[in-house]
Amino acid sequence: MTADLLTEAPLPSSVSTRPMDDLDQLEAQSIFILREAYRKLKPLAMLWSLGKDSNVMVWLARKAFLGRVPFPVMHVDTEKKFPEMYAFRDEYTKRWNLDLLLGYCPPVEEIDPSLPPAARSAARKTAGLANLIEKHRFKGVIAGIRRDEQATRAKERVFSPRGASHKWDVRNQPPEFWDQYATPHEEGMHIRVHPLLAWREIDIWRYIERENIPLVDLYFAKNGKRYRSLGDQDITNPVESNASTVAEVIAELEGSNTSERAGRAMDHESEDAFERLRVAGYL
Amino acid sequence: MDMNAPHSAPAPQANALRLRDAATPIVIVGHVDHGKSTLIGRLLHDTGSLQDGKLAQIVESSRKRGLAVEWSFLLDSLQIERDQGVTVDSTRIPFRMDGREFVIVDAPGHRQFLRNMITGAADAEAAVLVVDALEGAQEQTRRHAMLLRLIGISHVIVLMNKVDLLGYDQEKVAAAEASVRALLGQLEIPVDAVVPASAREGDNIAERSPNMPWYRGPTLTEALADVPAPSSRSNLAFRMPVQDVYRFDDVRFVAGRVERGQIKVGDTVVIGAHRTMARVAEIGAWHAPVQAAAIAGQSTALRLEPDVIPDRGDLLHTPDAPPLRAARIRTRLFWLRQEPLRVGESFTLRLATAEHQVTVASIDAVVDMDDLTERPAQEVPPEGIAEITLAASEAILFDPFSPGSSDGRGVLVDRLQRIVGGAPLIGPAELAPGERSIHPTASRIEASDRARARGHEAGVFWMTGLPGSGKSTIARAAETILFSRGIDAVVLDGDTLRAGLCADLGFSAEARAENMRRAAHVSKILSDSGQVVIAALVSPSAAERAEVGRIVGEGFAEIHVATDLATCEARDPKGLYAQARVGKIRDFTGIDAPYDAPTAPALSISTADVSVEVAAAQLADFIEQKVRVRDAG
Repeated sequence: MTADLLTEAPLPSSVSTRPMDDLDQLEAQSIFILREAYRKLKPLAMLWSLGKDSNVMVWLARKAFLGRVPFPVMHVDTEKKFPEMYAFRDEYTKRWNLDLLLGYCPPVEEIDPSLPPAARSAARKTAGLANLIEKHRFKGVIAGIRRDEQATRAKERVFSPRGASHKWDVRNQPPEFWDQYATPHEEGMHIRVHPLLAWREIDIWRYIERENIPLVDLYFAKNGKRYRSLGDQDITNPVESNASTVAEVIAELEGSNTSERAGRAMDHESEDAFERLRVAGYL
Repeated sequence: MDMNAPHSAPAPQANALRLRDAATPIVIVGHVDHGKSTLIGRLLHDTGSLQDGKLAQIVESSRKRGLAVEWSFLLDSLQIERDQGVTVDSTRIPFRMDGREFVIVDAPGHRQFLRNMITGAADAEAAVLVVDALEGAQEQTRRHAMLLRLIGISHVIVLMNKVDLLGYDQEKVAAAEASVRALLGQLEIPVDAVVPASAREGDNIAERSPNMPWYRGPTLTEALADVPAPSSRSNLAFRMPVQDVYRFDDVRFVAGRVERGQIKVGDTVVIGAHRTMARVAEIGAWHAPVQAAAIAGQSTALRLEPDVIPDRGDLLHTPDAPPLRAARIRTRLFWLRQEPLRVGESFTLRLATAEHQVTVASIDAVVDMDDLTERPAQEVPPEGIAEITLAASEAILFDPFSPGSSDGRGVLVDRLQRIVGGAPLIGPAELAPGERSIHPTASRIEASDRARARGHEAGVFWMTGLPGSGKSTIARAAETILFSRGIDAVVLDGDTLRAGLCADLGFSAEARAENMRRAAHVSKILSDSGQVVIAALVSPSAAERAEVGRIVGEGFAEIHVATDLATCEARDPKGLYAQARVGKIRDFTGIDAPYDAPTAPALSISTADVSVEVAAAQLADFIEQKVRVRDAG
């Protein structure tokens, strides 16, 4: 990786008082959200899945807190990730001076057998996450989901309360407007904080380009295929692509009309598989 | 594995030449079944914004449920929504038209989902109000239009839907349009366009309808394209509410978002209500060019000199343009709680990052949703819209609400940290001549914490019954029993009150009502402090007892001491019945003044056939069961 703390700053070529463009606005809103979470939810942690959105989120935290990430980052390890992802994790934990917490997932045999196979496999992560949250009694967990990824996620709140069972009560979500967010008011409750909710896939990539944020190179095409979204090895499939740089990925997305999660098996197993996962506490 | 970032070369600054605007949020509102979801499906389809495979998915989901293509399934992503045919929560869909980005916000039309509509609509730049041309404006049309005005949506486009069912008839459409225009005119909402359309058939959505050659206005997509981009707030007076204060590596930074105006290094700022002044020494940033200024919309961090430590919520402003300052504020209100709002209730007013303890000093007007007239009322009904006055114990710095800005965006939060209302602040409340400003304060101790400390919850047990029915005797005996069980109870009985607090009161109807009112307020204060209150007053009027229940609120229970008149008169412990019978006392309850027995008391006790001990034990058991904090599990 060429970027390190000193050289990773080829700065946006801008005058400081130029009007804000769309990425500036998304960045400013995400920083606002992260600062609200840091102020209101203690203890707080951020989920770091090692994917592109997650890296953007860590990056935004460093923007919010002037170069630091002042809370732990959690990697909920299914132990089925790609080897490149583990190498990336180890390198950037050091480079970014992250306080890394690892969580491990129970074996698939312990998961609800009525779920379709890929969803059942993905649900391991929910269980692993729940264990970590309970162990550390986190009041806030920052997660990098976006509304445009999946229709169920489009219904989410920026601050999404979870009861003691970690369930998402979609029928009874609190009002959220004028940048006023829910706060936990009951024992055992925590808030899922979603600073990237308003970002779209293309925004993430344009921001990665602008800020020169490092990524696992599985996102870039080799032999005509690349990963658009990274999950476990056994339930994520690469897409056809020749995009081997960030700029090429952006160009490809500008012309694309398919869903980012097209390569995620669990989204296609049954109409409600993803909804069931989310209601149970999946991201 | 190649860990070298494939994009290590400096990224081409393709975007530097042209500033991209943020997406324009457009909220779609309207009465249930007037066709919001169908419209959104049609809009996405006709503008080529549907993802590949999405149409096939919708066709399949519809077929499974035996429906023709159901566009609403695009938005109703949850299985419950599809199966029950209702949208339970607002959703957002990005969409692009002629190079401009929009975000469509779909807001459910069902009344009980008002909070979701507000959640979706509060930051929209424009709204499309969908009205069924056959039905015209309905209850939710009025309510949504009112809310659009309250939350300050600057641009409203009316879509007269389902005109195919009117045979595309110009006169019929014109009649429907006139009624909607009258409604919006009454609310003083400017209308950008009224588009006659059929979302199902695609008339005048993205393409000009061949069925309405008489219509010369814009199609929906043309009207959307005409919505101007939000205007910059950088030229207004500077405001930055303090979000947090960080101390990293021995340097202190004041973090916050510039809500309007701009601030430069070297500028002087005034901090909060205490009016401390400081100079901006540095604008902190990481991985960004050195900043000489921060502008509206930016989340920034200021290093101040001298190194003062503001609190979260302090408003930073420049000395030349201070905000308003008042401890009593008039505000509009959209009320989201399922129970009514009453005068005297206390809340936290969240205003940007500030939190102020406030009490509802008066309810000045409530909007009647049937005809949109405003009238004074005792309470704001669930999901009602009103104008109220809030009183705080200290001066609040604020700017009046202004559409398109974050000024004056108050939000009311209850003791359980629930957001219960939106309060676009109007301005300082004027006091009527002779009226004195009062500033009630609210306790910071939660009722649940008091209950935990005492081992029991509070409550007001209001005993009503004829004179001589045994109220005070039972109350005093129950007090003793409860005390022995570790429950702290206090008795308020009529004669004791009249000996002191109410010594100035006689027995006229007005004086009796005042006696009740005072007893109710004392009960309320005591129960707020965690006490169990047993009140023993004849309280003959059902209406007055209802008023007591209103004053006390949660925890009120009516106990009927149902000893019959003959027994009471036979006992006559104070000799009052005898005097009433010979006319020495007038308006004596039970003799020549009415007693309204409770129709549904929480408990009814008769002392005619049981001893005082048994009756007191009944009451003590009832109270204990109501207030005892149950162990978890």
